[in-house]
Amino acid sequence: MSASAQEIENLIGQEYKDGFVTELEVDTFPPGLDEEVIAKLSAIKGEPAFMLEYRLKAFRHWQTMPEPNWAQLNIEPIDYQAISYYSAPKKDADKPQSLDEVDPVLLDTYKKLGIPLDEQERLAGVAVDAVFDSVSVATTFKGKLKDAGVIFCPISEALQEYPELVRQYLGTVVPETDNFFAALNAAVFTDGSFVYIPKGVRCPMELSTYFRINAANTGQFERTLIIADADSHVSYLEGCTAPMRDENQLHAAVVELVALDNAEIKYSTVQNWYPGDENGVGGIYNFVTKRAECRGANSKVSWTQVETGSAITWKYPSCVLLGDHSVGEFYSVALTNNYQQADTGTKMIHIGKNTRSTIIAKGISAGRSQNTYRGLVKVAKSAENARNYTQCDSLLVGDKCGAHTFPYVEVKQPSAQVEHEATTSKISEDQLFFCQQRGLSAEDAVSMIVNGFCKTVFKELPMEFAVEAQALLGISLEGSVG
Amino acid sequence: MLSIENLHVSVGDKPILKGLNLQINAGEVHAIMGPNGAGKSTLSHVLSGKAGYTVTAGSAIYQGKDLLAMEPEMRAREGVFLAFQYPVEIPGVSNIYLLKAALNAMRKHNDLPEVDAMDFLALVKDKVKLLEMDDKFLYRSVKEGFSGGEKKRNEILQAAILEPSLCILDETDSGLDIDALKVVASGLNSLRDPERAFLMITHYQRLLDYVTPDIVHVLADGQIVKTGGAELALELEAKGYQWLEEQAA
Repeated sequence: MSASAQEIENLIGQEYKDGFVTELEVDTFPPGLDEEVIAKLSAIKGEPAFMLEYRLKAFRHWQTMPEPNWAQLNIEPIDYQAISYYSAPKKDADKPQSLDEVDPVLLDTYKKLGIPLDEQERLAGVAVDAVFDSVSVATTFKGKLKDAGVIFCPISEALQEYPELVRQYLGTVVPETDNFFAALNAAVFTDGSFVYIPKGVRCPMELSTYFRINAANTGQFERTLIIADADSHVSYLEGCTAPMRDENQLHAAVVELVALDNAEIKYSTVQNWYPGDENGVGGIYNFVTKRAECRGANSKVSWTQVETGSAITWKYPSCVLLGDHSVGEFYSVALTNNYQQADTGTKMIHIGKNTRSTIIAKGISAGRSQNTYRGLVKVAKSAENARNYTQCDSLLVGDKCGAHTFPYVEVKQPSAQVEHEATTSKISEDQLFFCQQRGLSAEDAVSMIVNGFCKTVFKELPMEFAVEAQALLGISLEGSVG
Repeated sequence: MLSIENLHVSVGDKPILKGLNLQINAGEVHAIMGPNGAGKSTLSHVLSGKAGYTVTAGSAIYQGKDLLAMEPEMRAREGVFLAFQYPVEIPGVSNIYLLKAALNAMRKHNDLPEVDAMDFLALVKDKVKLLEMDDKFLYRSVKEGFSGGEKKRNEILQAAILEPSLCILDETDSGLDIDALKVVASGLNSLRDPERAFLMITHYQRLLDYVTPDIVHVLADGQIVKTGGAELALELEAKGYQWLEEQAA
């Protein structure tokens, strides 16, 4: 007989494929956080003095802040003193200068993940900055990018080589006082990527970062800063994985994007942190602040995210549309399974005249998961003729999961046009039976139906990542139908 | 090809099929007619493996295998095709993508390599022409925004590409205007083959005007109450079902 609701349930429970642990000698701080730890961290990184000041300011502010509790999430209390705030592969003392110097075990890890790090990947034209726990391990294609004038390096390196450039922009989009997790990140971030695209330059290749949390009991606090100067263009992708561990691990990243006149940034995320097991044990807490400022006229920022991992996701990639005629876009697929929780969405803040924003959010809930879209569209009085279009669609797989939508709209400018459309649907037994009657297994059928549901978002991803995202959805849903 | 013996099927506690017997040989076109509630759609669903039906007695042997023990996708891969009475919509999945996935699932089952993209396109275009369909049709999401007639033609297109051994048509004529009915019928006639059998479930004579059956059965109250040639359908059209029901009672 064809798949029933119960069988759909069964198909959801499926194993995490990136859950291996790499055996490495590591330098790890003992758990705990105080000003001394921050000073030590800053010293190890050899940071300029202003950074330590910045970190301490953030830390002092963080201590005064309560944890946010407004999200539709059920979070076990986090003991911030039980986390180690620095973990690096031991050979970090003499930092790898090229791929040859990178620990082969580490390279093997990346190979398992299918990360394009070695020479053959040159063909793929992807430059990768790989962050393993807290340290950037290798950045490929640095030379070729340099010829184009593009700076793409670990932010720790940027702080040493281009301190003034970092100082000019760091914290200007997401201030260190912005929110609890952003403040924590500002105090303790260990590494991340820095990108600067000079005036008039179209970045010659996709830039890519892979993050992986490996060590136990560590937090990962990476910081990404991307600046697209006037008339420039860049497309950036980040991917994330973590090994399977019984305890929850904290990931609190901050991403800041700045787009100047006529500049365009396309930022794509494929997030596959360990989601915990089928009983909801373990998994990553993914509490991330991502924000872009379209500072220049006609600038454009486009966020595309495919979120399939993490026990809890709390993330709202946002656009502040300051420049006249600037454009913000948010395309999102968030899939939750088993006991995963996601509270994700975006904020589009219209300040400049004739600013436009588009939000397409697709939420898929399976198992006993809870999936929330939370979005804010704000039109300031100054934003004449601002336009927004929002479409939120939820797809339910099985009958024990939940989908929620919280759209907030604040409009102070009467000429603004704001549209919102929302749908909720369920994979029906009729759809499944139809696909099975055409010879597809129930599992392939669910995967096909879900991929169809997400099509409008996937087409925004760079080609090779669209393929990866489709495969990832299939994997994440395996076991959701029997 | 298909041998159904003493088939009893219930939905919940309610018996729908009550000892149905049916023999279908390769190359034959059978029509099953009957009043509403006789169990026509139940028969098509049980044979194709839809959930929600309980077989309480009897058997269905298809090409020597116990059909009722097979998963629905296995039945499909073994050549049992159901043209749906109400085809479902799958937003975002193009028609051609689904067709290719379905064809490859069959080919894999038969240890054949996946179909080459260009060959597949050529095959599909050929069949599309046969059914007087528009190419654009292929790239639309499965049945989303299709008219009733287009949906039914699409079912036949799928049959034409998947080349099943046993083709079950569940009220394929319903919702079709006369022009669409003729197109669907000519598509069906082109699929007639000595190796292929058809089981057409229908309410009315009109499809049978264009696709002439070899054998006509009347299903009433869960049993086949009369079997005859094509002329039986005409008789039913003239007299209705009541005289048969009375005869059976």
